[in-house]
Amino acid sequence: MSPDLLKLIFGRLTIESLPLHEPIVVGTFAVVATGGLVMFAGLTYFRVWGYLWREWFTSVDHKRIGIMYMILGIVMLLRGFADALMMRLQQALAFGGSEGYLNAHHYDQVFTAHGVIMIFFVAMPLVTGLMNFVVPLQIGARDVSFPFLNNFSFWMTVGGAVLVMASLFIGEFARTGWLAYPPLSNIGYSPDVGVDYYIWGLQVAGVGTTLSGINLICTIVKLRAPGMTMMRMPVFTWTSLCTNVLIVASFPVLTVVLALLSLDRYVGTNFFTNDFGGSPMMYVNLIWIWGHPEVYILVLPAFGIFSEVTSTFSGKRLFGYTSMVYATVVITILSYLVWLHHFFTMGSGASVNSFFGITTMIISIPTGAKMFNWLFTMYRGRIRFELPMMWTIAFMLTFVLGGMTGVLLAVPPADFVLHNSLFLIAHFHNVIIGGVVFGAFAGIGYWFPKAFGFKLDPFWGKLSFWFWVTGFYLAFMPLYVLGLMGVTRRLRVFDDPGLQIWFIVAGIGAFLVFLGILSMLMQFAVSFLKREQLKDVTGDPWDARTLEWATSSPPPAYNFAFTPVVHDNDAWWDMKKRGYVRPLLGFKPIHMPSNTSTGIILAGFATAMGFGLIWYIWWLAAASFIALLAVGIGHTFNYQRDFDIPADEVIRTEDARTKLLAGAK
Amino acid sequence: MNTDTHAAHADHHHDDNSHGSLSTYLLGFVLSVVLTAIPFWLVMSGALPSKQITALVIMAFAVVQIVVHMIYFLHMNTKSENGWSMMALIFTIVMVVIALSGSLWVMSHLNSNMMPIHQMTGMK
Amino acid sequence: MTIAVNPTQSGEPIFYLADEHPHPEGWSTSLGFWIYLMSDCLIFAILFATFGVLGGNYSAGPAPKDLFDLSLVAVNTSMLLLSSITYGFAMLTMAQNRIGATQMWLAITGLFGLAFIGIELTEFAHMIHEGATPQRSAFLSAFFTLVGTHGLHVSCGLIWLVTLMVQVWKFGLIEANRRRLMCLSMFWHFLDVVWIGVFTFVYLLGVLR
Repeated sequence: MSPDLLKLIFGRLTIESLPLHEPIVVGTFAVVATGGLVMFAGLTYFRVWGYLWREWFTSVDHKRIGIMYMILGIVMLLRGFADALMMRLQQALAFGGSEGYLNAHHYDQVFTAHGVIMIFFVAMPLVTGLMNFVVPLQIGARDVSFPFLNNFSFWMTVGGAVLVMASLFIGEFARTGWLAYPPLSNIGYSPDVGVDYYIWGLQVAGVGTTLSGINLICTIVKLRAPGMTMMRMPVFTWTSLCTNVLIVASFPVLTVVLALLSLDRYVGTNFFTNDFGGSPMMYVNLIWIWGHPEVYILVLPAFGIFSEVTSTFSGKRLFGYTSMVYATVVITILSYLVWLHHFFTMGSGASVNSFFGITTMIISIPTGAKMFNWLFTMYRGRIRFELPMMWTIAFMLTFVLGGMTGVLLAVPPADFVLHNSLFLIAHFHNVIIGGVVFGAFAGIGYWFPKAFGFKLDPFWGKLSFWFWVTGFYLAFMPLYVLGLMGVTRRLRVFDDPGLQIWFIVAGIGAFLVFLGILSMLMQFAVSFLKREQLKDVTGDPWDARTLEWATSSPPPAYNFAFTPVVHDNDAWWDMKKRGYVRPLLGFKPIHMPSNTSTGIILAGFATAMGFGLIWYIWWLAAASFIALLAVGIGHTFNYQRDFDIPADEVIRTEDARTKLLAGAK
Repeated sequence: MNTDTHAAHADHHHDDNSHGSLSTYLLGFVLSVVLTAIPFWLVMSGALPSKQITALVIMAFAVVQIVVHMIYFLHMNTKSENGWSMMALIFTIVMVVIALSGSLWVMSHLNSNMMPIHQMTGMK
Repeated sequence: MTIAVNPTQSGEPIFYLADEHPHPEGWSTSLGFWIYLMSDCLIFAILFATFGVLGGNYSAGPAPKDLFDLSLVAVNTSMLLLSSITYGFAMLTMAQNRIGATQMWLAITGLFGLAFIGIELTEFAHMIHEGATPQRSAFLSAFFTLVGTHGLHVSCGLIWLVTLMVQVWKFGLIEANRRRLMCLSMFWHFLDVVWIGVFTFVYLLGVLR
């Protein structure tokens, strides 16, 4: 075939684009491909594809979508963590003239992919998944406001993840750092597909994130059970509301910034170039207007989880509910006023730097208030040291440390010394792992029995906990030290042999975290095998306080046979205390949304369009775009989007539960 | 933050999106035509003595016209959706103001501190 | 915090609704769409901020004074304003259940929208022909992107409008279609509001500068 024709069909995708010259990547590919084939064969052999498609992929049930988000987050955690291990190993080895084992080209992709994956495809799915699963249950709703949109959002997130994963084996990923600052990310310095993978991966996933933000805001505002006023909402619902408000307020900014960067790269405009009046500094300014709220998007739901866990496992009402709510709202607004602290060193004057330094320090006040609320909730409580509570205590200790280094970094003169050093790296891993990751794990442990009907095995859970916590401290405390000594981030080789010991300790820490992840996977497997022993028939295994525990575990598709009426902050606790009797009669048909495959199809086309744009395969991009439009419009011609669960089925489900409950007593 | 869903249920069927009437639409239209025409005339004719004053005046007209559109075309009021629409709007305005003024402030600092002098003169 | 209880007449608290009515279809739609518009508003805010920061960087290329034809912009603005009032008429006739009149006003709205897009494209073509391309300077990049994004929104609105006209024609003014027309109305008027910002800050202030 002529080169022109090949170019027309494949764009710039050639056989040389495959990283066959990188033995590590080829090895990884072999492992992933074998694993994938085994899984595919297994699923085919056991004939579960149809079941998965009908019951999960096309499901609009918020619980199933939530669980799928969690699975996505955990799978991507394995990838992101593999990157982390590779970096730690490289940095522990590359001393005394050794180049380590990763070449610069590969190493730069690894640290970029690590950041992008951990934030967008691990932390975000874990947080969104928990919100999706828990919020409708907590507010006594049957589903989210826009169930189809929810399914679509999930698949868009998957689409973004697929693009990022594809970059591992087809072409390459960005080598720019996780925020892809220009001019490095502009076409002149990054002419390859890496940055394009970055852009389209995030754009596709970003659409999903924004839509799911709108969806959850509406759900919380419009679908609360009668009696649940704003000030009676569970704290997790409150933090979810604020997080989704932040999502809707900040993700459009990311969308625009990436769109402008892609215009620079594809069309040759001059937004962030060095010539023709463009300003790369504007990119940094804009992306941090999104970037700073993003970290609060991640951590606020974690704060909510800790609030639920602390009050449940202390057997007490949450201390200072009102102050907790106001602190959350204040953090929401302040998080939009601090973005410049990410680039104090770029050269703003004293007035700008001090303004943003002060606003940054102010954020620690509401956060500190929250910390005291948790402590006072525990004070004189009967604390049960179940796994979620252990994560919570680890969080309190770790997060305070991370918060204090954060206040230190908020002082502009100190930041001039510490900017872009490993001190910063240690700081944000300290708050993200100590806050978001521990929070997600606390949430997984806490709500797992609700989702699957059996508790998680405590032995492997505790093992995982101790590996994670010690591993974390071993991995990141040395980075604080190194940062203070002036070591900057993203270095591949080092000259000073005196530093090596710190990197070796950090590497050992990362390995312990690796054992923690393995123990966690083990925990899931063991719990599944021992599910009969760990079974929860009551629906309320922790003697908890909020509405999600009022229904069975796992909840029926319709969540509640009758919509609950709320009289108190701790609605379920109040119901238990005042002798609520579960209704056994009078069930009615329940109106529910129907499953649809449109979401996954649309997301598939969006991903294909992204792929076409990345590789300049214009026909693919155009065709996918047209298909996207056609399917989207076609979907609006379907007016029958819901059905009734017949009363018989409700009766059967509820009777089964009655029997279970009777057996438990 | 009233959340009595029952009351809201009942409301919903009546008229949750007050469509306005012919007279309010026409009033809004006339107002917006006037509020558009004056700024255009001011700039095209140069009627006001200084550019700064003209700029301030047309910006004021823009703000007023935006409010007019909000009220007469988008039917904004404090009651729709139990006040949530208005709350969302106010929150958005706050965010927009922060992002806009913050960017302009930060970037003016960065431009004056960090851009080489010769380039500045070349660009302006 | 006090525990508020709404007891029944017998004094027993109610913990569930024995006889509930599901939320009507589209219960959350108008709020959801409004929040979407707010997110869109932020998209435009960032484009305005970009224009505000980069809009003076002509890079020795053409400036607004050399490029903008205010009388053309005035005509264009009037197209959008007229389309707004005609959309308003469509909503009024919809409220009166006059399906034919609704369709007619929608069609007229669409024509005004089309005229707006046509004039904008002519303006763009003229500028590009004169060498004022989006690549020429940061000012022009920001200009084309901001105004173009607005134009893109109007174009999406037109596609949506045609889709809705087909749906009204096929299924009549049913509740779902009314809701959709309501959402498009919000979208359309919202674009009008954005345009006020565009003609004031981009065109008028640009010429003043």
